[in-house]
Amino acid sequence: MEHIVIIGNGIAGVTAARHIRKLSNKKITIVSAESNYFFSRTALMYVYMGHMKFEHTQPYENWFWKKNRIDLLNAYVSKVNHKNKKLLLSDGTQINFDKLIIATGSKPNKFGWKGQDLEGVQGLYSKQDLELLETNAPNKKVCKRAVIVGGGLIGIELAEMLRSRDIPVTFLVREDSFWNGVLPSGESQLINEHIQEHHINLRLGVNLGEILADENGRAKAITIKETGEEIACNLVGLTAGVTPNIDFLKDSGIELGRGVKVNRLLETNIKNIYAIGDCAEQHEAIGHRRPIEAVWYTGRMMGETLAQTICGNPTEYKPGHWFNSAKFLDIEYQTYGWVFSERAKKEYEKHFHWRHTKEKVCITVAFNRETGRFLGINTFGIRMRHELFDRWLTEERNVDFVMEHLADANFDPEFYKAFEKEIISKYNGDFGKSIDIKKKSLKRIFSLS
Amino acid sequence: MSTYDKSMALTGQPPAALSTGQKMATLLGMGGLAILLLASFNLNFQNKGLWLTISLSAISLGILWFAWDAYTNKQPGIKNDGVWFKSISNRGLWGWVAGIALTCFYIILYFYPEYLGLVSDGENKGVISLFDPLSIALSGNPASQWFVYGTLYTVAILAFGIKFLWKYRHNRYEKIRTVSVMFFQTAFAFLIPEFMARLNGDKLNLPYYDLKNMWPLNYYNFEGYRVKAFINSGNIGLAMLLFGIISVFVISPILTYKYGKRWYCSWVCGCGGLAETIGDPFRQLSSKKQSAWKIERWLVHTVVVFVTIMTTAVIYSYLGNDTSKYWLTKKTFLIGVAVVLTIVFSLVMIFKRKQLQKDAQYGAIGFFAVIIGLIGLHFLSGDGNIFLIKSGTLRKSYSFLIGSIFSGVVGTGFYPILGNRVWCRFGCPMAAILGFQQKLFSRFRITTNGGQCISCGNCSTYCEMGIDVRAYAQKGENIVRSSCVGCGICSAVCPRGVLKLENGPLEGRIDSNQVLLGNDVDLMELMNKK
Repeated sequence: MEHIVIIGNGIAGVTAARHIRKLSNKKITIVSAESNYFFSRTALMYVYMGHMKFEHTQPYENWFWKKNRIDLLNAYVSKVNHKNKKLLLSDGTQINFDKLIIATGSKPNKFGWKGQDLEGVQGLYSKQDLELLETNAPNKKVCKRAVIVGGGLIGIELAEMLRSRDIPVTFLVREDSFWNGVLPSGESQLINEHIQEHHINLRLGVNLGEILADENGRAKAITIKETGEEIACNLVGLTAGVTPNIDFLKDSGIELGRGVKVNRLLETNIKNIYAIGDCAEQHEAIGHRRPIEAVWYTGRMMGETLAQTICGNPTEYKPGHWFNSAKFLDIEYQTYGWVFSERAKKEYEKHFHWRHTKEKVCITVAFNRETGRFLGINTFGIRMRHELFDRWLTEERNVDFVMEHLADANFDPEFYKAFEKEIISKYNGDFGKSIDIKKKSLKRIFSLS
Repeated sequence: MSTYDKSMALTGQPPAALSTGQKMATLLGMGGLAILLLASFNLNFQNKGLWLTISLSAISLGILWFAWDAYTNKQPGIKNDGVWFKSISNRGLWGWVAGIALTCFYIILYFYPEYLGLVSDGENKGVISLFDPLSIALSGNPASQWFVYGTLYTVAILAFGIKFLWKYRHNRYEKIRTVSVMFFQTAFAFLIPEFMARLNGDKLNLPYYDLKNMWPLNYYNFEGYRVKAFINSGNIGLAMLLFGIISVFVISPILTYKYGKRWYCSWVCGCGGLAETIGDPFRQLSSKKQSAWKIERWLVHTVVVFVTIMTTAVIYSYLGNDTSKYWLTKKTFLIGVAVVLTIVFSLVMIFKRKQLQKDAQYGAIGFFAVIIGLIGLHFLSGDGNIFLIKSGTLRKSYSFLIGSIFSGVVGTGFYPILGNRVWCRFGCPMAAILGFQQKLFSRFRITTNGGQCISCGNCSTYCEMGIDVRAYAQKGENIVRSSCVGCGICSAVCPRGVLKLENGPLEGRIDSNQVLLGNDVDLMELMNKK
């Protein structure tokens, strides 16, 4: 029986394992040194905040793995020997494989800051990072202030976590507005304001200088590069992005770039060795996507795709229309299609932006300035229907059509205030149009004739 | 490494720690309860009306102050910080203390009301007498243990309802739903029956009737003494009796078809009202294990069978044999029940069999066989006792086991241990019948938003009915479960906007219709082939 070994029990590896099991009777082993059972990485923050216990982040009960004949091995792979098809584990034992899937995910970026390896300095990615955070910042007595370096999604989550325990937080963001390399300025501004509403000391346009140690080798303060200002703190959170976790593959003969290089079939340069999820790097980026996609959904999609290939149905990784979501403190964010920030905007891309006068709600719609074709939408504080935007993107709808049918796409809970009228009236004003919003139709939403 | 002690930190620090304001608020509320406790130890309060007012005000104000302090300085949004750190909500010491105290209260209430001061012939004593002024003002009669319980129940739903409104002030579905349960409890369960009692006199002798309470939840509704009272109370009584029958067979099926069982369980029902308000801090304690789901399915449907047999037997026992006196005789009634059950069973087995789990099919066949068998047996034996057991015995054991122990002692007493919907999930026959309909004939579903689920588990954790919501959401499947009461909390706590409670077309409601998880369409089609 063919033995499939998967390194990494995150969403990519586990999805691959589940789908291989659905399609075949192959022997499957998942190796991980992080945790005994699969858990949802994105939920780690809720464990620290007390919304959930760690066990709640595990999507499958413990009996699931045995029942589905997926062997779990808690071990750390230190070397891959592709010639003999063997993995060397850190305890010295070896395991054989017929096919190997590398799904080892990411690790936090460190950019060579002075003091970045001191005690009290950490990233937030793994279960171990969470445990470390419980030691470094259990409460506001032990951690009198935390400094977070890096204004992305993990940074703002870490800030939210620490604030839930009333720990004062200083948030250093290199850009002059939060996440504005990704978000258009209006949205970025809305989040800046919301961060401050949560009593987080947001410092825009500053970089970390160095991290200073106390006599025990623990972080005691940081300096700001631009001004030399010193900020005393007990925790430094490094959240300036992630990078593929592939150090153990150096000199393995597997082609590496920043990640493990793969083709569209998710194959590496070595036959029978594949890479998926955060650690995989496409030779050429797909569409507007990045060559390395460190996103939950893409990890899952790659897992689904690779299972087909491994079970005798070679399938290229062909992600559909881009989508993503996040939550910034209390504000939910969803995106469908492509809406670029001012910095990354294509020259044909035009934006329509609407923001509620009082509440923290806004949307940005991107469309082609020449043809009017709808390109994508960002929403803050409004939920949208994935299926509908996916359909409209496939049908290459015009932006006017999308605006006209906006009520169909709303996915907010029942009885929520609807903002379509205000949105359309601003849209009509901005572009001299006279579009009437259509009433929500279940027939259209569910494509019934 | 730090030598720091984790457990200490979690109890003494935010978000688990209580603020000074919250401590004082707790003290105030406990003060109000202490007055009731003193009264039950027969401390004689001179001015009963005044002390009752002080007590209930202190309890309500304590709850409101506590809630205000908890939420006022926070942004609108999800307020679950520290839920699993607090001993009251994580089955810690305070959780057990509260659970045991509640359980004791229910045991005394149901089985030893004399300790609350109930005197069957004579003036009330103890805490019940403290409630006399209010009861007399409302109905004209002195209080009973049920009046005391009803008042406290209503106060709890109102005060904790306001707390819930603050907690979910960003969510209009939750707000409207909560106002609805507060209204139905105050008006229908508490005030209207008391006023009805005031109307009673020579001509009118209406039984206590909470109009929104339907059979089989109020399993006693069609008992002989009640039916007699209804019939003897002229047109009003007859209208009420008819309403009781129509609500089971007409109103409820229509509303459940349109909106799912939530129209009752989390918008109208009193048990649901208590669970959604004072029970809200315990919703995360329901078990999500598959084994718990199996127990739930067998237990709750057994209760349905039990209540059906019991009610049939009770009605049978007071019907006559003589067709000339009244058209409904013992025989016609039994045949009627058999016919109705057979029709429902056959329709489901013919049209909806595929939507039932294997064990549900076996269960349905088994239960059906038992009931029909018993009815058949009766005709063969030709004896006065239906189903071989005395109807009175059946009725008594149901009222003891289900009405008191299950719905009261376990159902509410165990909130802090097993979660706030133990009764609704494992025991309520009404929930089971509505759920059966919700699963098979309803427009209601929780729609999963394409591929946006990140499997975080907030939805499953906070599902009070113990549904593993995430198991469906992460596959892109809609959630169509008979136990779902439509409280909407899964949708509220979802950080990615994945879940939406909605009423839509039946077509494609259950089947994961071309689940959209983000991959290209060809692959999705491939994966959907089973």
